[in-house]
Amino acid sequence: MMRFILPFVAFVVLSVFLYIGLGRDPREVPSPLIDKPAPVFSLPLLYDAKKQFATEDMKGQVWLLNVWASWCGACKDEHPILMDLAAQKIVPVLGLNYKDKREDGEAVLRKAGDPYTLTLFDADGKVGFDYGVYGVPETYIIDKQGVIRDKIIGAVTPQNLRDRILPLVAELNKK
Amino acid sequence: MKNFLIALLLVLPTFAYAGEAKDLAEDPVMERRMIDLAEKVRCLVCQSENVASSHSDWSNDVRQIMRDKMKAGASDQEIMDMLVERFGKSVLFDPPVDKETMPLWTAPFILLLLGIAVLFIQLRKRRAIVQQAATLTPEAQARAANLLKEENK
Repeated sequence: MMRFILPFVAFVVLSVFLYIGLGRDPREVPSPLIDKPAPVFSLPLLYDAKKQFATEDMKGQVWLLNVWASWCGACKDEHPILMDLAAQKIVPVLGLNYKDKREDGEAVLRKAGDPYTLTLFDADGKVGFDYGVYGVPETYIIDKQGVIRDKIIGAVTPQNLRDRILPLVAELNKK
Repeated sequence: MKNFLIALLLVLPTFAYAGEAKDLAEDPVMERRMIDLAEKVRCLVCQSENVASSHSDWSNDVRQIMRDKMKAGASDQEIMDMLVERFGKSVLFDPPVDKETMPLWTAPFILLLLGIAVLFIQLRKRRAIVQQAATLTPEAQARAANLLKEENK
């Protein structure tokens, strides 16, 4: 009897591993920055090159940093979802216009609407690099102390907004 | 005159060099060092490629950052540490052996040992069965001898 059960158990275990393994996205490299202080930076605004934003300005608030670019396809998919989120005024969403041309970035926001509390302009991608950005879009959830608590790689979807982002924001706001 | 024109034509291609190559010529030693280092870094956009051979935008950026850091006097280790800090150990093609990567390094050997153990147990079981079959009771031995005798008649 054992000679049938053992291979069968081994087969089931292997199947479960393969099922879980194949369901995961190998492009999603877990960020080592989660639960670490968000890199401090200061950047000009997209609309106004003379105005500077510094990460200090967000101390005491839970906020999202959404990295996007006019040349990024998936950013167009998540844009309406961010518009919805902005309309609900639950959490400030700051845009990081990453490796873009100023006029291209502005054109997108003018045409499709601007969901961002502020949009920062990272022309050479140096700030993006410090945040470990390797594919746009990426969204960081940063707490009141300025610590990165989660990172969404790829587009914000109604699912990950409902199941991952909003519950975490609510929890962090309570602290 | 004709020879002179031909010579002139032969010189012409030397004017046609690509603009991008300049960067490389700027400091060939450092470029070599950068490429050697970039070969050890995984391109996160095209994961089975390394940063040295990848043409992705991200890899271009990483190479440029490596150049800048080298110009600023950073050591190879410092540059690698900076990358790991931002992108995690999975950017290294040869991750260090530590608590986090232990399963990655030991799993193949554990599986191999497990396989050898199963094989060994199976072989021992089989040997016991064969041995049991090989030892005959006196009656069986007598019967076998009888059968053989009859066959030889």
